[in-house]
Amino acid sequence: MSAAEWIASVCFLLGCALTLIAAIGVLRFPDLLTRMHAATKPQVLGLMFMVVGLAVSLGSNQLTWKLLLVVAFQFMTAPVAAHMVGRSGYRTGKVREDLLVVDELTEDLARVAKQQQPPSSSS
Amino acid sequence: MSDIVMWVGGAMLAVAAVLIIVRIERGPSMLDRTVALDMLVGVVMAVIAIWSAATGRSDLVNVLVVLALVGFVGSVTLARFVAVEPEDERRILTSDEVKAQDARIHDALEREHRRSGAGREESMRRAYPESEDSS
Repeated sequence: MSAAEWIASVCFLLGCALTLIAAIGVLRFPDLLTRMHAATKPQVLGLMFMVVGLAVSLGSNQLTWKLLLVVAFQFMTAPVAAHMVGRSGYRTGKVREDLLVVDELTEDLARVAKQQQPPSSSS
Repeated sequence: MSDIVMWVGGAMLAVAAVLIIVRIERGPSMLDRTVALDMLVGVVMAVIAIWSAATGRSDLVNVLVVLALVGFVGSVTLARFVAVEPEDERRILTSDEVKAQDARIHDALEREHRRSGAGREESMRRAYPESEDSS
């Protein structure tokens, strides 16, 4: 095998292994946030491995740019989806409090509520 | 690319897809299913990439672009509109409950039908008073 084929093979195998590990994580992790944490891996790093492998193995200049576009789109859309899911998960109470080490959002919301309490009660 | 890499990678991706589908089936809330569904799109993209490299079909790259753009729409929609689910709708209904629900829906439709046949003119006039004036 040539050097390019070696690189492509290693990239493909790394991407596939990452996807498999993340799938095991999604199946076994206990709550929504940890599952999101596992699910992000194949979406970004795994996809980057696959795309690099594909670009090396196809070896065409134009297709490499198109594959770069794939990674750019994924970088733009994956955070949007994760933000929406995390936000509505927090608001509908899907986050397990006992598993959290730091919960700054709840502390901040409590502080804001306390600051807004005096004027609203006086008026 | 050698056949061995393709088969080993494909087997890993197939196992990953099966595990994700188990999570989609099991997922206690809609958001868990959404996350798993998003990941399934990622697995499909990986499969298309490995397939394209194995067969040398460069036209599949366009499919990758489209999936990268469109894959997030489903999860955003679900997170925005379907995230709040009543406790009662999480489980599968028994057949008696389904029958009762069907009867309720049927009764409501029946009542609606009778009422719309009788007082349609009047309700239209009440709903759009200004159109009455202009004509």
